Amino acid sequence: MSDTKNLSPVEHIKLESNHLRGTIAEGLADELTAAISEDDTQLTKFHGFYQQDDRDVRAERKAAKLEPHYQFMVRMRLPAGVLTPEQWLAVDDIAKRYGNGTLRITTRQTFQFHGIPKQNLKPLLQALDRVGLDTRGGCGDDNRNVIANTNPQRSDLHAAVYDWSHRISRHLRWQSRAYDELWLDAEPSDAPETEPLYGESYLPRKFKVAIAIPPENDIDVFANDIGLIAIVEDGELAGFNVAIGGGMGMTHGEPETYPRLATVIGFVDLEHVLAAVETLVTIQRDYGDRKDRKHARFKYTIDDHGIDFIHDQLAERGDIKLEPARDYRFERNGDPLGWTQSDDGNWQLTLFVENGRIADFDDRGLAHYGQYRGRPGHKLMTALRELAKIHKGAIRLTCNHNVIIADIADADRAAIEELVAHYDLDDGRERAPLKYASMSCVAFPTCGLAMAESERYLPSLIAKLENIMADAGLEDEPIVIRMTGCPNGCARPYLGEIGFVGKAPGKYNLYLGAAFDGSRMNKLYRENIGEDEILAELTPLIERFSAEREDGEHFGDFVIRSGVIAATTEGRNFHDNVGPAQAA
Amino acid sequence: MAISPVTIDEHSSPLSAEQAAQLTSLIQSLSPAQTTWISGYLAGLNAHASMGEVVRPEASAPAAAPAEPLTVLYGSQTGNAEDIAEQLVARAEAEGLSAKAIDMLDYKPRDLKKEKNVVICVSTHGEGDPPDNAEELHEFIYGKKAPKLDGLKFSVLAFGDSSYEHFCQTGRDFDAQLEKLGATRVVERKDLDVDFDDAAEAWIGDVVARFKDELGAGEAEAGHANVTALPGTAEQPAASQWSRKNPYQAELLTNAVLNGRGSDKEVHHIELDTEESGLTWEPGDSLGIIPSNDPQMVDDLIGALGARADDEVTGLDGEVSLAHALTHQYEITTLTRPFIEKYAERAGNDQLNALLSEDARAQLAEYIDGRFIIDLVEDYPIADITGADFVRLLRKLPPRLYSIASSHAANPDEIHLTVAAVRYQTHGRDRHGVASVQLADRSEDAKLPIYIDHNKNFKLPADDAPIIMIGPGTGIAPFRAFMEERAERDATGRNWVFFGAQHFRTDFYYQTDWLRWRNDGLLTRMDVAFSRDQADKVYVQHKLREAGAELFDWIESGATIYVCGDANAMAADVHDALLDIIAENGKLDAEGAAGYLKNLQKEKRYQRDVY
Ligand code: SRM
Ligand SMILES: Cc1cc2nc3c(=O)[nH]c(=O)nc-3n(C[C@H](O)[C@H](O)[C@H](O)COP(=O)(O)OP(=O)(O)OC[C@H]3O[C@@H](n4cnc5c(N)ncnc54)[C@H](O)[C@@H]3O)c2cc1C
Ligand SMILES: Cc1cc2nc3c(=O)[nH]c(=O)nc-3n(C[C@H](O)[C@H](O)[C@H](O)COP(=O)(O)O)c2cc1C
Ligand code: SF4
Repeated sequence: MSDTKNLSPVEHIKLESNHLRGTIAEGLADELTAAISEDDTQLTKFHGFYQQDDRDVRAERKAAKLEPHYQFMVRMRLPAGVLTPEQWLAVDDIAKRYGNGTLRITTRQTFQFHGIPKQNLKPLLQALDRVGLDTRGGCGDDNRNVIANTNPQRSDLHAAVYDWSHRISRHLRWQSRAYDELWLDAEPSDAPETEPLYGESYLPRKFKVAIAIPPENDIDVFANDIGLIAIVEDGELAGFNVAIGGGMGMTHGEPETYPRLATVIGFVDLEHVLAAVETLVTIQRDYGDRKDRKHARFKYTIDDHGIDFIHDQLAERGDIKLEPARDYRFERNGDPLGWTQSDDGNWQLTLFVENGRIADFDDRGLAHYGQYRGRPGHKLMTALRELAKIHKGAIRLTCNHNVIIADIADADRAAIEELVAHYDLDDGRERAPLKYASMSCVAFPTCGLAMAESERYLPSLIAKLENIMADAGLEDEPIVIRMTGCPNGCARPYLGEIGFVGKAPGKYNLYLGAAFDGSRMNKLYRENIGEDEILAELTPLIERFSAEREDGEHFGDFVIRSGVIAATTEGRNFHDNVGPAQAA
Repeated sequence: MAISPVTIDEHSSPLSAEQAAQLTSLIQSLSPAQTTWISGYLAGLNAHASMGEVVRPEASAPAAAPAEPLTVLYGSQTGNAEDIAEQLVARAEAEGLSAKAIDMLDYKPRDLKKEKNVVICVSTHGEGDPPDNAEELHEFIYGKKAPKLDGLKFSVLAFGDSSYEHFCQTGRDFDAQLEKLGATRVVERKDLDVDFDDAAEAWIGDVVARFKDELGAGEAEAGHANVTALPGTAEQPAASQWSRKNPYQAELLTNAVLNGRGSDKEVHHIELDTEESGLTWEPGDSLGIIPSNDPQMVDDLIGALGARADDEVTGLDGEVSLAHALTHQYEITTLTRPFIEKYAERAGNDQLNALLSEDARAQLAEYIDGRFIIDLVEDYPIADITGADFVRLLRKLPPRLYSIASSHAANPDEIHLTVAAVRYQTHGRDRHGVASVQLADRSEDAKLPIYIDHNKNFKLPADDAPIIMIGPGTGIAPFRAFMEERAERDATGRNWVFFGAQHFRTDFYYQTDWLRWRNDGLLTRMDVAFSRDQADKVYVQHKLREAGAELFDWIESGATIYVCGDANAMAADVHDALLDIIAENGKLDAEGAAGYLKNLQKEKRYQRDVY
């Protein structure tokens, strides 16, 4: 383990935080600023929220000698993205009462509230608590929201992975009473406090676990530190293939940082799943880099020590011996929109939510003082609330930031359809395959790391690309398009057949060549280009794709076969042979 | 103001070679402060010369003061009455009288019965109330302890603003009450409006002449004491040559709105360039601005009169166009009773005359409220009135004062202001405040005529003394200057600020400065009241009461309390809060608390600058 003197600053903050309390309480009481102390902003992440500021008004407030418009983003812990209609109604109310009146479905199938003033944090968390929801571990150097496949053919399988996501989430949750004391008015006690799993300094970095049920890879299982791939034998869930070391984050101009897809290292039966997951976490806890946060994710620990080292550690620490990986096959990482029926006869309705932003848009298509745009007059938030009022089953959020009205009995379908029609909800009936297969991160105005727009820009770009597709006679061909405002990769842009990664306002890096099923990353094609160049680059490629594609061939595979760009075979060669391949 | 090495010779100046040499060597030996003093001093000499007096300093031999000195007592909030009192003394001494100007605050009321000859220069504030430093004396002459004053000869010069209902009330009070107590009036009281300079000078002439007869001082002393008592050179800091009558033309550097998006308020941070001016000031001083009227309003008024913009009229300094006179010289918005009276004479309109009758005061006040001169012109038109006639009815456009929000020590070349744009709607018309909206909307169009309005009644204490600053809204302005100054001087005294406004997010003026000073440890404590951020309204006085015990500790440990901002409601509410806090924590009854606070005021540890 690292010696304490050259630990990264965040490590010291954690160590001295008195189990994640720091001076958060004092910071909330400070009336002269809407912010809390800088160190504490590291700690609040563990509690599920981030200090941010409204970047749309940053410059003008500076001129007005006002501090930035500080506010908080609160992220829920919602394993597998499943909630009850009652919980939905509570969340909807909270967003209006304490936040900016919008909701954001995240790429890890939970909710984010944006624009929360600090004095609203406590009431918000208490309101969540009243309906059995919390934000513990929403962010921070700990295990994040455990994600799981949302819409399997088989309902019993979904029930099983849903159950596993909860068990893992609970098992990896941090234990400090700080959450209950700070937010839920629990009496401070002097009973000794311990973090049996994490220890005093928690993990070196965020940690992410996902569960997939082939052939659906809607959760991008390979983008996670631990990916569990459900293996079904004789109609029963037998166990999981274990994939480790996935992660998207990197930094422009620092090739020693790179996105990496998880490596499948074997199979674990149900009996040993928790033990295996826990042991992997402890390996990262003890061997992860605590000096350099840019090199602290599990993926680097693995590449530095090698897969064999991980096997040895599993055996040594948990006496865990993985069996050889079993066969599996993924087909896609998108969501099948519209109505689907599962084997128990119940229906699922998957609704498309542009950019995951749930709001009521006025007649000019604006929400929250024009900060967010949508379809003019589209009352999406109201519509979903009305659905929640009549719906009897569960509601699921997807990792493509869409929403599923699940477990609808035949008898109830008509009523749901009526509301869908009345509010003109998008159930995928449009002829807009690019839009449906696209995803963008939040970026401006709230994200402090954004270098370019994402959520607020992608739709207009997609519309232009759809015209190009139509001209090429491909109006029904989906292409997975991912955009982020910076290289951190929150919308998993390196898994887009076409990926856009923000570099500067209006400027993006263009990536090509990821696999349609999320099993291969893309590669940098052109750097730092604006919309005109983007369209100029893609138009001929799309025309060529239309003319030369093989039967059923996806765009991502095509650009590699046709030599437009080299394939990325693993994280470590992500930065090699970038740009238009010479061969072509 | 750094003075670069100069050499003056007989060619480049009206001086003889010898004089030039002397002056050169003198100037080169001077400190900036000395130069400033001298420039003010010489300006003073000239002022006298222009009053028709040839003054040769070397001729002024000290002379035996006449038996009965002339005491000039002044009660002044923003310095007008004080300036004139100083001028009066200078003039009197120039006439060989021995005279002295005394701030009523520093004057023992009981001494009044020992006086023989007194001149009162006093302004009116609040709603017909005395200025802070006149309160005690004013109370005294009305109180039980008020002595008989048979032996006293007096005259009163009253300062006021005829747009207020109780015009020159305090002056009237002194005038009436002194007479009641048996004193004899020497010269009739003069009620001065905001354009008082000429009238004041004339009145000073009368008074000095009359008292000269009364006291019969000899010609011999003519010229005496010019050296010791010239206007502007008293204890006031750095009177550079710029004044209300001779303003400096300042250029705008910055004009930024301090309110964030969505605010109901519009307060501007204004920075003016004073680099070339040599203006100096101290924290607590205000800036005087001689505004000009909104061109649109001028057009509308000319239209309403049926006159033409280029009609020739006799302005303040000779023939000018009507448009020029109405834009730069006269007040054309605020309605005042005197104006309406003059206007009515020409109008000969029964309805209007009825409005002016004694028993219609209430109706008149109601009519005036929210109306401008143009409303009167439209409601009671005068068919045959010419621009020239009309202009004669108007009063001079008075200057507006703004607390200086920056410290000279910190920014010697800039003056910062915090200006609330006055915009409102009444009687179906959008209305603008003259100066504030000129600053907000048109401050770039032309240079701004400015001068320093020194205010010795709003000054920082010793560097190690604690201070409590109460300044909601634009009242925060001088405290920004206080903090800049204390930072510059590494002052060790503790600093506690109370601020209030509507919303934290959009109306926290200079928030980034306050946070910086708190981080630096200069700002000891700041309590903020944002009235509309919660169901029930919270104001600074509530915050004061919440902190009562600690506040009292500060006061007991020698803190000075400053209050700046709204005079109508805030100042009184804060005053009451302070009385309660003192009573509760000092274990005093209401009377005791009042006495305690009065005493603080006397010791200059309770200073107010409200408007
Ligand atoms: C909301 C969300 C994007 C969205 O459009 O939904 C999001 C939003 C942010 N991410 Fe993320 N990340 C989100 C999924 C991801 C993913 C995708 C995933 O997990 O499948 C990734 C890539 C996978 C990975 O972890 O590598 C991701 C990699 C990052 C990184 C880079 C981490 C790294 O290893 O380099 C950062 C920056 C950091 O951690 O230093 C980051 C940081 C952030 C922050 C908190 C910015 C910050 O640190 O100040 C963003 C807040 C923006 C805002 O205003 O809301 N986010 N972030 C997603 C919330 C997921 C959740 O519910 O927990
Ligand atoms: C010592 C001192 C310091 C000052 N410091 C500052 C300062 O730091 N910042 C600052 O902003 N001001 C300050 N003021 C006030 C400033 O001098 C002006 O009085 C103010 O800016 C208004 O001037 P104006 O020419 O814009 O408005 P004016 O043309 O003088 O009009 C103001 C008048 O309009 C009328 N009026 C205003 N609002 C309404 C309404 N809603 N309904 C009906 N009638 C209305 C009132 O009769 C008011 O007297 C200070 C005043 C003093 C005496
Ligand atoms: C807050 C405030 C209230 C005032 N109230 C009155 C008043 O009631 N009656 C009046 O005649 N003048 C009133 N005035 C005008 C002043 O008396 C006038 O400006 C005078 O020249 C100030 O003289 P000073 O500088 O010596 O205080 C008021 C001025 C201010 C700033
Ligand atoms: S990818 Fe970058 S810009 Fe987008 S949300 Fe994540 S951190 Fe912000």
